[in-house]
Amino acid sequence: MILHELLSYEVLRVIWWGLLGVLLIGFALTDGFDMGVGALIPFVGKTDVERRVAINTIGPVWEGNQVWFILGGGAIFAAWPPLYAVSFSGFYLAMFVILAAFIVRPVAFKYRSKRDDPRWRTAWDWALFASGAIPALLFGVAVGNVIQGVPFHFTDDLHTIYEGAWYMKFIGLLDPFSILAGVVSLAMLVMHGGAWLTLKAEGVVQTRARAIGSVAALVAVGAYALAGVWMAVGIEGYRIVGDYVTGGPSNPLHFEVARTATWLTAYADRPWIVIAPVMGILGGILTFLGLRAGREVSTLLFSKIAILGVISSVGLTMFPFIMPSSSDPQSSLTVWNSSSSHLTLFIMLVVTAIFMPLILMYTAWVYKVLWGKVTEADMTSHSDSVY
Amino acid sequence: MEFGIVELSRLQFAMTAMYHFLFVPLTLGLSIIVAIMETVYVMTNRPIWRQMTKFWGMLFGINFVLGVATGITMEFQFGMNWSYYSHYVGDIFGAPLAIEGLMAFFLEATFVGLFFFGWDKLSKVAHLTVAWLVAIGSNFSALWILIANGWMQNPVGAEFNPQTMRMEMTDFFAVLFNEVAQAKFVHTVSAGYVTAAVFVIGVSAWYLLKNRHVELARRSITVAAAFGLASAFSVVLLGDESGYSATHSQKMKLAAIEAMWETHEAPAPFNLVGFPDQEARETHYAITIPWAMGLIGTRSLTTEIPGINDLVAQAETRIRSGIIAYDALMHIREKRDAADPVIMATFEEHSADLGFAFLLKKYVDDPRQATEDQIVAASNDTVPTVWPLFWAFRVMVALGFGFIATMAYFFWRSSFRGMNYPRPALWLAVVMIPAPWIAAEMGWFVAEFGRQPWTVDGVLPTAMSVSALSMTEVALTLAGFVLFYSVLFIIEMGLMVKYIRKGPFQDVSETDAWALRHTERLAGRRNADAIAQPDLQPAE
Repeated sequence: MILHELLSYEVLRVIWWGLLGVLLIGFALTDGFDMGVGALIPFVGKTDVERRVAINTIGPVWEGNQVWFILGGGAIFAAWPPLYAVSFSGFYLAMFVILAAFIVRPVAFKYRSKRDDPRWRTAWDWALFASGAIPALLFGVAVGNVIQGVPFHFTDDLHTIYEGAWYMKFIGLLDPFSILAGVVSLAMLVMHGGAWLTLKAEGVVQTRARAIGSVAALVAVGAYALAGVWMAVGIEGYRIVGDYVTGGPSNPLHFEVARTATWLTAYADRPWIVIAPVMGILGGILTFLGLRAGREVSTLLFSKIAILGVISSVGLTMFPFIMPSSSDPQSSLTVWNSSSSHLTLFIMLVVTAIFMPLILMYTAWVYKVLWGKVTEADMTSHSDSVY
Repeated sequence: MEFGIVELSRLQFAMTAMYHFLFVPLTLGLSIIVAIMETVYVMTNRPIWRQMTKFWGMLFGINFVLGVATGITMEFQFGMNWSYYSHYVGDIFGAPLAIEGLMAFFLEATFVGLFFFGWDKLSKVAHLTVAWLVAIGSNFSALWILIANGWMQNPVGAEFNPQTMRMEMTDFFAVLFNEVAQAKFVHTVSAGYVTAAVFVIGVSAWYLLKNRHVELARRSITVAAAFGLASAFSVVLLGDESGYSATHSQKMKLAAIEAMWETHEAPAPFNLVGFPDQEARETHYAITIPWAMGLIGTRSLTTEIPGINDLVAQAETRIRSGIIAYDALMHIREKRDAADPVIMATFEEHSADLGFAFLLKKYVDDPRQATEDQIVAASNDTVPTVWPLFWAFRVMVALGFGFIATMAYFFWRSSFRGMNYPRPALWLAVVMIPAPWIAAEMGWFVAEFGRQPWTVDGVLPTAMSVSALSMTEVALTLAGFVLFYSVLFIIEMGLMVKYIRKGPFQDVSETDAWALRHTERLAGRRNADAIAQPDLQPAE
């Protein structure tokens, strides 16, 4: 097959770096409000029927949304195998906790309202809460760790070795900066969940969602700004040194990497990327105002802009680094050394170019069919078919 | 056998994979049966079919959700527990997994919500389309997973790249149209169809025995028996096709399944039953069918099928060749672009055997330092433990023929005996419900255990594939999964039983309030044909 030579290896790598971002953002935009609603359930719903309203706003769509997460895993595996190998085995116990949450959540949705016993339902409500809030926090913690660098190295055979005792793969992740990043992520997704409930619910559920969501928006903006200041003064960055090729074989050990004082020099090198943090902060503030004012459609849009800005700011700031190594900088994963082969990237791009637009189209159609408020009346008239 | 990180990781994979596959087959088959029922409803407009669609759809939903939940574990476990595997073959193996998400799982998961929530939001034809999209999505999902798995059994279209220390794809279409994958796909989805058919017939038989929901039960049996009969034939035929393709791609697995120690003059006999003895390398008290093995395996009377002893001798040759490749690789890895072209050529010549040199890593860090004894030991390691394979395979095949007989019987009664079934037959159908699950688990066991000691046949040994984790971590997550999965299993079974006992629920569209609301909702938006008929019969 010669066809794949149409696009250079370097260009394909950059495209796939972008697609990695698209998948993460797609996940945060869709499944993000599911997690946010999950985290909000105990607070927006005081009675069974109120909680059911909250759950059923996401009832028909969480399954499709969750595929962004699964596809994200699959796409990292296919396009960035070393990243998949290092991050999943490196964050081992944290991954297990996230996995547990993503196993419990579908079951909780489906099974919660299948028995009338209030204890049964309360137990599942807490399961929904935990399976929304904990991953939302941990995703941010993981990003916080990646920004600071993760202690791993490659052997000559490219076995990945994670430094330190096994429990450090969980406890060790929880340093102050990463916890702050976790707060950004949790608050942002709670804000998003609040914006979603504002659109889909009415009455008391909506009122509570607006109140909590607007607080979350402020926390998200504040914590994000604080993290930015912290990165400027207290977090070292990384850069590739010496000669290197951007279209060469994917072998991290072929590169030399050094620490720098801060990641934020990227904003001097590529001033245009400032648009990302600006979107993050402005989007957050507008979401706050929208929630206060009770705007429905536009608030959700602002919330999406905030998420888009926050997530892409991390990627754009770190480029070309994807996962730097703190203990052995030379093992750091970058766009130029941790992708799949030229052919695989090309094939996956073709497949994505065909199916991603289809996915977006039918997903949009499903949301259109489901457009409209979920009401308390729906819970009684459809008590056998809704969650 | 010492019990280390490799064994613990394998145990975890086996447990989570087999648990996942408790839910998958029913999803594959029931999605189609439900879609067929809804098709009949849309075509005939008879409310009983709508009730059937909703009832089996409800059971489908309870099952589906656990298939989804446990599938996530599978997708993530490669990176968590098998990180060297992920690095080493991710370039090929990752692609079908990602395509599965893009092409199949998104489709299935996006529309499954609409299937349950869209009854009063969609026209009949639109809802039917949604039901079929869910079924198609589920089945395509299986296709891509089996392309990935097929590559582990028969790694085509890829070669080792010394610059990146991993396998890389050279021919996507070879991976896609891998004969092992294609046969496995049809075999596996057919097994899912049989599972669903047995399930539907079993549950319906229980209703008939209790004299409840008779109309629903009879019609369900009719659909399931016809569907199940075709599938039962397909599962056995394609199982045979898998055996045929194994003759040239997975010789050791085939020989182990048959406990065929020596190469037999063609056409080889088939060991119907017997007691394989790994130590002595012979099968005691074997009852054999002359010629059968040769005919099944090669579809000829003259082609030989190699026995285990010959295959071990071949493995030894390949280990020696692999050591040469390994030696060349070490040179290339150090010199990179400046590597000696002569050594490069040597590597090219022997690189197909590189994986065999890795078998020595269990005994010695540098395969070049291996002693003769270690080489012999490593060649013997290429033989999987025979007796569990031998018996698991026979249980699966016996059940497969049992399904053909059962389906044929129910098909005959439903078509020519006025849908009347004697009570013993109904009891048998109820008792048989677990049988397809047993057969499916046996099948996976044969496929995966039979591939040992490799994760990717001839390319990467299982022992090398694991992550550098501590026993504590893997034990912790294993304990977590066991606890978690046990609780979920109990809950799932409890709900299944509850909803089967409860039977089809009163259809909401029977109530006037619903009909009114529905009319309002659709007014101005959709055709009047979407408005459900208010003359539905009440559920029993």
